[in-house]
Amino acid sequence: MTAGDMAGPDAAPVAPLPPLVAATPPVEPAAPMVVKRHHWIVRVTHWVNALAITLMVGSGLQIFNAYPAFARRGETFCCYPFEHKAIPKWATFGGWLAGARHWHFAMMWVLVVNGLIYLGFIYLHGEWRDLVPRKNDPRDALEMIKFYLFVRKTHPHQGKHNAMQKGTYFLLPIIAAVLVLSGVSIWKPVEFGFITSLFGGYVWARYWHFMAMTALVALSAAHVFMVFAVDPYSMRSMITGKYNERNSPEERNARPFYHLFPRKRAPEAP
Amino acid sequence: MKREPEGNEFDRRRFIQLGGLSLSAFLAACGSNGPAWADGLLGFAERKNESVERLLLRKGARDMARKSAKNAGKSFPSYFISDKVPMWDESTRGKWMLEVSGAVKRPVKLSLEDLTKMKGVSQRVNHYCVEGWNAVAEWTGVRVSDLARLVEPTGDVQYVDFQSFDNDYHESWDIGTAMLPQTLVAYGMDGQMLGPAHGAPARLHSPAKLGYKNTKYLTKIVFMPARNGGYWSDQGYEWFGGT
Repeated sequence: MTAGDMAGPDAAPVAPLPPLVAATPPVEPAAPMVVKRHHWIVRVTHWVNALAITLMVGSGLQIFNAYPAFARRGETFCCYPFEHKAIPKWATFGGWLAGARHWHFAMMWVLVVNGLIYLGFIYLHGEWRDLVPRKNDPRDALEMIKFYLFVRKTHPHQGKHNAMQKGTYFLLPIIAAVLVLSGVSIWKPVEFGFITSLFGGYVWARYWHFMAMTALVALSAAHVFMVFAVDPYSMRSMITGKYNERNSPEERNARPFYHLFPRKRAPEAP
Repeated sequence: MKREPEGNEFDRRRFIQLGGLSLSAFLAACGSNGPAWADGLLGFAERKNESVERLLLRKGARDMARKSAKNAGKSFPSYFISDKVPMWDESTRGKWMLEVSGAVKRPVKLSLEDLTKMKGVSQRVNHYCVEGWNAVAEWTGVRVSDLARLVEPTGDVQYVDFQSFDNDYHESWDIGTAMLPQTLVAYGMDGQMLGPAHGAPARLHSPAKLGYKNTKYLTKIVFMPARNGGYWSDQGYEWFGGT
């Protein structure tokens, strides 16, 4: 169909318009569209965080093994099914109680300083806008779940992060705050007794410290899994900062372990 | 969004190679204790942490056991370093006396009767063990600050050593924590005279320091211008151990 067909009978015949974009021979794979995704401050704090949290969790579990229970002496504890069961040795770091404590109390400063640099940066530089929850996020997250469960065929539209990622990255600083406050409650239950009381006393502060750690580990494990299963190309963006939008999960219509490789584009119609 | 040309393949590859190498080097260097080169760093962190802990020390800080918490009673763990429960044997050692001395104007030796006659306090507080557990008990005893008033430490005193007859166990404290109103030479526990399992005839007890700093089976309190470590502190546990 040409423009002339649609014109009325009185109209003079019009030559067809040239295509808006010059036709290019199909490229295989599609020409990369590389964008800068992560500032170097975000990348450096991310990897410092990854190492420091690993050491923090390992040393924390080693400390926990000195008394792998929550009950105050002479009491029982309601809400932990593994009272007095030690954490496996492979998950611990620091060798012994005192060694692990030294690691824990050294790494805590690394994490606090690193966390403040990260939060300060994303506040000043505006990246916090990518992470704060929006009204439509629950709906978008539901769409992502539907997509992963094959209920929905096409990847929901997403920008830098999908709604579930955004939720996770927003939740992490909140969990970190719980970890810091409950940690301070255990470290200084007398000097900071008022914070310890907020958690319901020393026993519960230890419990919330442990539970927040568990949540952090679970979310981190999911995060690492998704990097390898859905978007390995994002590894580049956390190292060099660059990301090829042609490889985005949305472009690939990627579910975990589905469409890991970029799709070959069909030649465009002439 | 800023578009940039490709061309970082080499950088990325090198990053991964170097990162992998350094990570495996790190893991290899870690025995179970962590790499040896980290010891200096950890020592530095411990010294800095101690200054933070000293800064945090508040005279008004008080511990109170929660009303809902039960006294540990028989479940209160009993630790000592001797092979068996240390007991003061009067037939070989004579009468038990607590010596309060060191850099003081009037050193004294106090018998258990002398202690019980002094102004005493009772407090139901937590005991915080370095292992992570806590236990509630009501402790009765004399404030270390009252003993200090009795002997009058000289102006240069910064530390106090608490020594025992449990195989020479001792731990030294900063004077600040020792002078807190909840730091006691305790001779009573849960309304009874202290038993051998918990440091009889008298022990140090304060919620303001971790359990291992609270010397049991006390024999000597020495005021000093310099610190002299302690049984567990010398083995790698933090010397300050404040709560």
